[in-house]
Amino acid sequence: MHEERKQANIKTTRKTLLIAVAMFGFGYALIPLYSVICDVFGLNGRFIDLQQTDKAEYIANVEKQVDTNRTIRVEFLTTLNKSLNWEFKAMQNTVDVHPGKVTEVMFYAKNLTGRKVIAQAVPSVSPGTANKYFSKMECFCFDQQTFEAGEARNMPLRFYVDPNLPKRIKTISLGYTFFDTDRKVASIK
Amino acid sequence: MSDHAPTGIKRWLFTTNHKDIGTLYLWFSFIMLLTGGAMAMVIRAELLYPGVQVVDPNFFNMMTTMHGLIMVFGAIMPAMVGLANWLIPMMIGAPDMALPRMNNWSFWILPGAAILLVAPMFIGGDFLAGQGPAFGWTFYEPLSGQYGNLAFFVFAVHLLGFSSIMGSINIIATILNMRAPGMTLMKMPMFVWTWLITAFLLIAVMPVLAGVVTMMLTDKYFGTSFFDAAGGGDPVMFQHIFWFFGHPEVYIMILPAFGVVSQIIPTFSRKKLFGYASMVYATAAIAFLSFIVWAHHMFTVGMPVAGELYFMYATVMIAVPTAVKVFNWTATMWKGALTFEIPMLWSIAFVFLFTIGGFTGLMLGLAPVDFQYHDTYFVVAHFHYVLVTGALFGIIAAFYYWVPKWTGNMYPPLLSKIHFWVSLVSVNVLFFPQHFVGLAGMPRRIPDYAVQFADWNYWSSIGGFVFGLSQILFLYIIIKTIKGGEKATDQVWESAEGLEWTVASPAPYHTFATPPEVK
Repeated sequence: MHEERKQANIKTTRKTLLIAVAMFGFGYALIPLYSVICDVFGLNGRFIDLQQTDKAEYIANVEKQVDTNRTIRVEFLTTLNKSLNWEFKAMQNTVDVHPGKVTEVMFYAKNLTGRKVIAQAVPSVSPGTANKYFSKMECFCFDQQTFEAGEARNMPLRFYVDPNLPKRIKTISLGYTFFDTDRKVASIK
Repeated sequence: MSDHAPTGIKRWLFTTNHKDIGTLYLWFSFIMLLTGGAMAMVIRAELLYPGVQVVDPNFFNMMTTMHGLIMVFGAIMPAMVGLANWLIPMMIGAPDMALPRMNNWSFWILPGAAILLVAPMFIGGDFLAGQGPAFGWTFYEPLSGQYGNLAFFVFAVHLLGFSSIMGSINIIATILNMRAPGMTLMKMPMFVWTWLITAFLLIAVMPVLAGVVTMMLTDKYFGTSFFDAAGGGDPVMFQHIFWFFGHPEVYIMILPAFGVVSQIIPTFSRKKLFGYASMVYATAAIAFLSFIVWAHHMFTVGMPVAGELYFMYATVMIAVPTAVKVFNWTATMWKGALTFEIPMLWSIAFVFLFTIGGFTGLMLGLAPVDFQYHDTYFVVAHFHYVLVTGALFGIIAAFYYWVPKWTGNMYPPLLSKIHFWVSLVSVNVLFFPQHFVGLAGMPRRIPDYAVQFADWNYWSSIGGFVFGLSQILFLYIIIKTIKGGEKATDQVWESAEGLEWTVASPAPYHTFATPPEVK
């Protein structure tokens, strides 16, 4: 009787411990899962990356349906992550565009530190529902940007607004935050 | 087996006895309740009048954070485990827990975790400097990632997780393997059932919590970027993972309380529990649903409408099994020969007030209106109704119901009555007005507020002080009952059913060395 119980207890412990370990792994598995779900449903800015798709054909299609009856105001916001000592601004605060029309705007950044900095810009579109209708064809946010000490440069963004943008949206705000990619350096004070 | 209990400090340090460990858990959680309660007093003192008078805002934030963490992980959860330790072996006719030595370890990890959790508050030797965590008990990234003493917090949570997981494994093994002959699963008392399901919830979600704090740790100190947008991470993902743990967590705290009142109400209604089987299935259904509704805590992060709808419908669905339970308690009392002993008073208050918290939960679960309620005092009122008048009232009811069995003494009747009525009135004065200020737009976690909220906050604070003081009376009652009082019979309550009432009062150090026969 006692021996039987002992065996049963060991078995139960093993099984439940296995569940606990598996769930620890599941917590980490949520991250790729989250990423996949964002890609599939176009959440969180994932939809806009046209680099992999058949860009030329897609754009040609969109260009044909420029909707001159609508004008969308696109506003630009620039932010620096607190650890980054740069100057960063949009050359124009707003631009009015027709849906489907490819537009190019410029951003300006200057490295105010005395060292080389590699930084990454992370975009954010507001309202969130406009996200998947805002397509960037060329963007300085696609790659990390390397700036030598004191270097300044203009960076282009080419984009268009999908004509299928819901009618109620008249203004889109596009924000960029620049982050220092080498955070180890940044966190040493 | 002799009935000899070892004495001195070694008895408590090295004990493997489920009753001793249960007692340790209950005392630990009571100390934590008073600690977290003292912090709540600071919060209510600051909010007594508009303006910043008592503490500076960072210290205030530290108080709300530590109050939440201590109450959830230090008071409610260990108290439930303490009840499980004391009661489950006696209820199923087992001589002890299945893994007694691990049981000792599960408990003795807790004080270490508690010290790690509160230690940062005293760093630099200046308590008022507010060096402790001040990012809210939900520790949302990216704010929490900027906290200097994050490692303390992370390791405290790791230890709490280890303790809970070991405790749960023990409870599952005990319930599955140690039942007396004839005690089939569907004959188990409801308290045992609710704890079996709670234990499975714990081993499923505590590791996820451990994972999320580990990610925070590596983000801060080892250069990963799980939640850091600079490295391609995402702070919103933190909320998803946190609430995947967090939602089952709220059921971890309430399900054992469901079990407690399911034991008490039939006793004082002198009827069998109405719909036992449906109670079991409802508990299991609530546990299952708790895994698929987490994002209702984050309706306002910017989810697609389809997501909002799914999480809204799934959330509202939880009302069905919960209502089954409330109706079953009501039906148990219906046409019963009711008497209103102290445990019954607390249980009836539980059913009534928990249901209020349940209804506000339904309101919050509706995505379109949640945009108004989100992060307001309405949320604070909601979760205090389910956690204070729900979980805590359940624990207090359990104390009054089983303390004659634990100590052999009845509680002092008049003082206990005062404790109940003062607590009942003051807790409603404390939390009910928070619904109003919340609906009117007062945000949570702020030390100062617009003067339009002044009157209700004043009343809320008065209620808070009285409720806090009445728990000091509770401490006096506990000590008085342990020291002496009217002797309890073995049966204690006229129509109480269950194996724990077949042993002597106070329960001998070793019970059911030979398993009883259950018909």
